[in-house]
Amino acid sequence: MRYLPHTPEDVAEMLSQIGVNSVEDLFVEIPEAVMLDRSMDLPEPLAEADLLREMRQLAGQNASVATHRSFLGGGAYNHFSPAAVDQLISRSEFYTAYTPYQPEISQGTLQAIFEFQTLICQLTGMDAANASMYDGASACAEAVLMAMRLTRRSKVLLSKALNPRYRETAATYCRYLGVQLEEIAVDGAGRTDMQDLVAKLDDATAAVVMGYPNYFGVVETLADVAEAAHGAGALLVTAVAEPVALGLLKSPGELGADIVVGDGQSFGLPLSFGGPYVGFFAARQKGLRAMPGRLVGETVDLDGKRGFVLTLATREQHIRREKATSNICSNQGLCALIATVYLSLLGKQGLRELADQNYAKAIYARERIGALEGFSLPFNSPAFNEFVVRCDAGVERLLETLQAQGILAGIPLDTDYPELQDCLLVCVTEQNTRRDIDELVDALAGGVS
Amino acid sequence: MTQAGTSGLVLNEKLLFEHSEPGRKGYSLPTLDVPEATLPAELCRDEITGFPELSEVDVVRHFTRLSTWNYGVDSGFYPLGSCTMKYNPKVNEVAARMPGLADIHPATPQALTQGALALIYHLQEDLAEMSGFSAVTIQPAAGAQGELAGMLTIRAWHEAQGSTRSKVLIPDTAHGTNPATAALAGYDVVPIASDGVLSLAEVEAHMDDDVAALMVTNPNTLGLFETNIEPICKLVHERGGLVYCDGANFNALMGIARPGDMGIDVMHFNLHKTFSTPHGGGGPGAGPIGVAEHLVPFLPKPLVVRDGEAYRLDDDRPQSFGRLLAFNGNFGVLIRAYAYIRSMGAAGLKRATEMAVLNANYIRARLEDVYDLPYKNRSLHEVVFSDKNLAGGCHTLDVAKRLIDYGYHPPTIYFPLVVKGAIMIEPTETESREILDEFCDAMLVIAQEASDNPDLLHNAPTVPKVRRLDETTAARKPKLKWEG
Ligand SMILES: Cc1ncc(COP(=O)(O)O)c(C=O)c1O
Repeated sequence: MRYLPHTPEDVAEMLSQIGVNSVEDLFVEIPEAVMLDRSMDLPEPLAEADLLREMRQLAGQNASVATHRSFLGGGAYNHFSPAAVDQLISRSEFYTAYTPYQPEISQGTLQAIFEFQTLICQLTGMDAANASMYDGASACAEAVLMAMRLTRRSKVLLSKALNPRYRETAATYCRYLGVQLEEIAVDGAGRTDMQDLVAKLDDATAAVVMGYPNYFGVVETLADVAEAAHGAGALLVTAVAEPVALGLLKSPGELGADIVVGDGQSFGLPLSFGGPYVGFFAARQKGLRAMPGRLVGETVDLDGKRGFVLTLATREQHIRREKATSNICSNQGLCALIATVYLSLLGKQGLRELADQNYAKAIYARERIGALEGFSLPFNSPAFNEFVVRCDAGVERLLETLQAQGILAGIPLDTDYPELQDCLLVCVTEQNTRRDIDELVDALAGGVS
Repeated sequence: MTQAGTSGLVLNEKLLFEHSEPGRKGYSLPTLDVPEATLPAELCRDEITGFPELSEVDVVRHFTRLSTWNYGVDSGFYPLGSCTMKYNPKVNEVAARMPGLADIHPATPQALTQGALALIYHLQEDLAEMSGFSAVTIQPAAGAQGELAGMLTIRAWHEAQGSTRSKVLIPDTAHGTNPATAALAGYDVVPIASDGVLSLAEVEAHMDDDVAALMVTNPNTLGLFETNIEPICKLVHERGGLVYCDGANFNALMGIARPGDMGIDVMHFNLHKTFSTPHGGGGPGAGPIGVAEHLVPFLPKPLVVRDGEAYRLDDDRPQSFGRLLAFNGNFGVLIRAYAYIRSMGAAGLKRATEMAVLNANYIRARLEDVYDLPYKNRSLHEVVFSDKNLAGGCHTLDVAKRLIDYGYHPPTIYFPLVVKGAIMIEPTETESREILDEFCDAMLVIAQEASDNPDLLHNAPTVPKVRRLDETTAARKPKLKWEG
């Protein structure tokens, strides 16, 4: 096997140095009764060329954003990733390194994480960001737990317009921690219902959790929510599943959020069937020591030279064990590097232009679809790059018809929102040309006629 | 002889933000082909203060230069104990980037993602066969999330029995994620003592009817097989509990013994250790869990299942404890692990385990006369020394830093906590005898230096980009972002 360097002579000499007769003798501590007395039943090994053939064959059975015109969003977005991103993260000094436990030989990783933390703070308007979480959903769950630690309260209000998968994940993390999770209704404009929110806020409420934009693409009026939450002594947690929006929208920090989490997949990460993505996690200074995850800080070496280290580790599992702020150890380091490279390339202007394009294209699509016979737009509020469409004739057959034409038109909403029967979540990014959008519109019109 | 890390050209490089020049960008957008649209002004932000403005060349140079300050498995020997830093095969990187795998949206209709679902399904099946469990889910994003999945599965099972047990037993050799995870699952942690390996008596003494589970690592973090595992599992089961196994050290067992056959109820795998996927400077990993038959209904959803010739995501799992992530796990990592298993086959994987164990024992044989070896049982895939014998007031940290000067990544240090000044060495199977010899030579020279000239150790490292860093100030006055 080409990954294993040992020759028979090596093995013989090493065994003799160890003082045993055979490789089997090295396993003497394992009781006979639990030894596997047969070979594992796995497929025969493949040579490199054969493996690639098999992988191509598996790949060929999937629809992708290259084989189809895709209007799928809902927490994972089809954005362009510049060639330099993959070239740079493919440097093996980055991707074959472990966690930077030895800072003297990990300054590349450490400085890049420090830059990532800075970029996330700038985007979200927060004071401190960590080195990454698994994804947006688990980051959101950890934010709920952090809000409980900070307020010592146990009720958390989740907007029903927050990504349903984020809500489910929060429920999983809270399952045995005595948290009371309640949902806040959605109003007729696709926003979190302020009346319902105010009615449910009380002095046991640790946090209100909102999507921004929310699952329907709608831009929530965060400032009002922040004011109401703070009035009751609760925190505002904002989850941003589509952070390209932050190139254009006011930052959650500016609007009063206390913890901002989200998913950085939009920042140059491949869709990759749902992962690996990268959760980001940012908070105000006063919450710093209650934060989960790794943090990189600036310091100096013995000669006074600038350098970076993992810091505030007394929050973490390897020091604090059962009293740690989280159990997270490995995070999504390389994915955070992707986001860092991507944002460096886009920069101040590029991110704004990208956000503008996403917004304009979604508006174009939304207006054209909304004008079609048999289609309507249930929520008429400002939305970023996705929006809800109601199809009077139902969505199931329609989606199949469009699939046959190579179009993935959107995500049906009825499983998560029974009240949104016949509704689709349609996402448009800079990757969809006007022609794609026009074809979608024509296909939708044709699909119901 | 030992091969010192040489001090070549060390590049300097500013922070991104310090390179920035107004007006630069490294990205080109297609021309807007729809009418412009403007969001209501009250929703729009001003420009992002401090955000970088760089050309593509600036960015490429910046990150290339940063990368030269790092040390990866491709740079050299990386004997970081417990982390299984084996070689990361290049073909796996190619596979994970293939069109049709890298660009599938997770909400694509399942009939159109049969290749991806088949890959996940077969990976689940292969891991189940290797470990002796009835079912495997690949959803958890890393080992610690696998632990959480396992403990929530255990808790959901207890609930279904009407039991409200509240405690979890965890040996003192355990990794920090074990107690942190048990707490996250709402359990009280009861630490128990081990003497190298766990005794039946110690478990028996703590195994009352409020104990939901024992969390054990096998082989444990000393690199030793838990020889009493079978009777321990039997006892825990008799007293109404379940056994969780931290499978971070599965590299010592492939094709040799299966945790499912030992009586273990749940185990997580670290695909970024045993199954060769790169660690990425901190992640991403993947932490699938395998479970015994009685726990299958409680696994997270969705689970990839097979109906005849078709694969699908099963979301209709009423007893499941829920979901852990927005989508279906770290698929890109799963592709690499699958490619690894398909490249190695059953015999190759067993050979990998054998050579990993051979390598660890070889290092042990070469160093044990000089470095203190606190536990003498036969080692499996890793060996833990202490700094007890070191002269010149030198400690584990000094040895670690001096190894850097010799061109090696240091071992894991000060873990497990049961060994004072632990030096935990895990060579993995992908290292040749020559590499091990050079490393052992360096270790022996360092021990000699400790008595002849201890300042060489105290002042190390001197070769890399920076010398020892002031961690105390970093923590006391945290500076976690650039502020101009
Ligand atoms: C023994 C052991 N258990 C658990 C973990 C946690 O795994 P992960 O970092 O993938 O969350 C590690 C990793 O360092 C480990 O070595």
